[in-house]
Amino acid sequence: MAPYESDDSTSTGETEDLRAGRRRAARYVVPVTVVGLAAATIGLVPALADSGDPDLPKISAQQLVEKIAASDVQQLSGTVKISTDLGLPDLGGLESGLLSGATQSGGDESTADPSAKLMELASGTHTLRVAADGPDRQKLSLLEDAAEYSVIHNGKDVWGYDSKANEVYHSTAADGADARDEHEEEVPATPKDLTEEALKAADDTTSITVDGTAQVAGRDAYRLVIKPKDSGSTIGAISVAVDAKTGMPLKFTLTPASGGAAVIDAGFTQVSFARPAASTFDFTPPKGAKVTEENDAPAKAPEDFRKSGDDFGREFDQELGKELDGDGMKVIGEGWTAIATYDSGGEGIPSGEEAGGDLGGFLGSFGDKVTGTFGKGTVFSTRLVNALVTEDGTVYAGAVTKEALVKAADAAR
Amino acid sequence: MSQAEVVREVVRDVPRRTSPLWTLGLLRSELFTTLRRWRTLALLAVLAAVPVLVGIAVKIETSDGSAAGGSGGEGPAFISQITNNGLFLVFTALAATLPFFLPMAVGVVAGDAIAGEANAGTLRYLLVAPAGRTRLLLTKYATVMSFCLVATLVVAVSALTVGALLFPLGELTTISGTRISFADGLVRAVLIALVVAASLIGLAALGLFVSTLTNSGIAAMATTVGLLITVQILDQIPQLHAIHPYLFSHHWLSFADLMRDPVYWDDLVKNLGLQALYAAVFGSAAWARFAGKDVTT
Repeated sequence: MAPYESDDSTSTGETEDLRAGRRRAARYVVPVTVVGLAAATIGLVPALADSGDPDLPKISAQQLVEKIAASDVQQLSGTVKISTDLGLPDLGGLESGLLSGATQSGGDESTADPSAKLMELASGTHTLRVAADGPDRQKLSLLEDAAEYSVIHNGKDVWGYDSKANEVYHSTAADGADARDEHEEEVPATPKDLTEEALKAADDTTSITVDGTAQVAGRDAYRLVIKPKDSGSTIGAISVAVDAKTGMPLKFTLTPASGGAAVIDAGFTQVSFARPAASTFDFTPPKGAKVTEENDAPAKAPEDFRKSGDDFGREFDQELGKELDGDGMKVIGEGWTAIATYDSGGEGIPSGEEAGGDLGGFLGSFGDKVTGTFGKGTVFSTRLVNALVTEDGTVYAGAVTKEALVKAADAAR
Repeated sequence: MSQAEVVREVVRDVPRRTSPLWTLGLLRSELFTTLRRWRTLALLAVLAAVPVLVGIAVKIETSDGSAAGGSGGEGPAFISQITNNGLFLVFTALAATLPFFLPMAVGVVAGDAIAGEANAGTLRYLLVAPAGRTRLLLTKYATVMSFCLVATLVVAVSALTVGALLFPLGELTTISGTRISFADGLVRAVLIALVVAASLIGLAALGLFVSTLTNSGIAAMATTVGLLITVQILDQIPQLHAIHPYLFSHHWLSFADLMRDPVYWDDLVKNLGLQALYAAVFGSAAWARFAGKDVTT
């Protein structure tokens, strides 16, 4: 093709120029169309893929809860996406450092130590892979950028493998049925674990309803909605998608009463109830990897695991008023609006300008000052849990609104 | 094949313009021209040197028994596993070169594709041959894509050689903790090299489009590499997370998902889809520009 020329007569040249220009412009329709098509596809495909809610036979809430309880899925593998937005101040690395620091007994810890690693789940969005084959073989992997952290339970061995640092953590679990019980408590990261935690709270302060059906990870599911009856709780609703066939919870969503995005949203994006390959649970420490042995008595290992789980589920535990019968800790009220209170023994957080030093001011800047008949105090808020620290050092905490905390403090006075 | 043979083939095939052989001949001559340039050879030499540097550095660092990359797992992906298995040097080298060295090389070749010819005054001679502009553009794009593959393979083969010389080979542990045989590992390495090469397709199309906009080869190369750096920076700014999924470099490191067991396909598919989209948009934009361009040089 020769270059365009227009050195003949002026009039034809102009029309040709015009025509050539138009033709030139017309060609750009192609890339623009491609962009448009792509945008339309990105916008429409999720909408089209959402093929509406499946038709399932009606079921009562009671039956559905029984179905969950009776669910006995032994073999599964799948991918879980979990998003947590507790509304904690974003402290970046400092936050996870502090959190993991709090769970550890000190000393130089391997990065492959499960309790350190799984704390990362407490904020942000993560992709997990789970696989299970009976009570003796489970695997949970946290997918990271170009790396993965896996906890593998195979018979007597519990391995933690951090591929990024190439470190291995090994402990020996109690065998057989014990191990199963212990293990179940481990990490409430799957929708099933979270649901069980939530259902423990089911009493007369709770309304449980079946709210239609949904499709999760390509499977038909009932939607179970758990709501606190009392006002004053910061929890708006917990919605659980329960697999219609197996009774296995597939998706767990906790929305705050204040509205907005879910605080915890954990659901399978892909799930299979076939037996996972046996090699999934085989683990031999790679050559050259640093192996940290859990040296204490075998019984301590699951304990350690559970600790990490507990931290994660602490929000639940607090509002459920469970496990709070520890030293110096009292629970006011019950059900959703339970408030834990304990005397921190310290001076509390000084409010106002008399604050001693910069630290007081720094801490105070995170919270809101409140006053009541109890005196003065500071409220620290997240999207789910609020805590009131009074001037005399008493701490009130729970998944309740600020007003409820002040009321509780007033009543305690 | 010598230049004379190419010319003879060209001449012989003139009456059958649509013969695929003709296009192949054009592609072959383009490929040889590109790969014979000193500039290209220097780029490939730099790429081949990266795994050598990484391999020697890891060897020296771990010679006293300490772990590579420190205990916290710093450094490029997979670096701490190299001492277990030399094959991991392939993955580390690709992870180390993918953010900058590889795309820079591709940007240089892609930016030069049309603008370089125009700059040297050879573009009009290319157009005199009865190839048609569309076919010439397609050939140029195919050449750039071949270069993506060649560049990636240069890194991979260099890394495999260095890895085999300095470190043990054998069964390897995937990042999920399962073990796979060395043969399986090699298959995954080849797949990873292909995915890395495919990750550069979007940038190649972008570079080709830029190349049709100007008559200066240097300007086109600089613009392409500049765009690459800009996109990489944008991808690092958390406040811009809304646009991140549409940046061509966003899913580049997803090739590491091939080392999971089972393979996690989500991000890989997203990456390949995004590259195809960039190729379609900027490829057609390059065509729209080039087909109607006044070629005076």
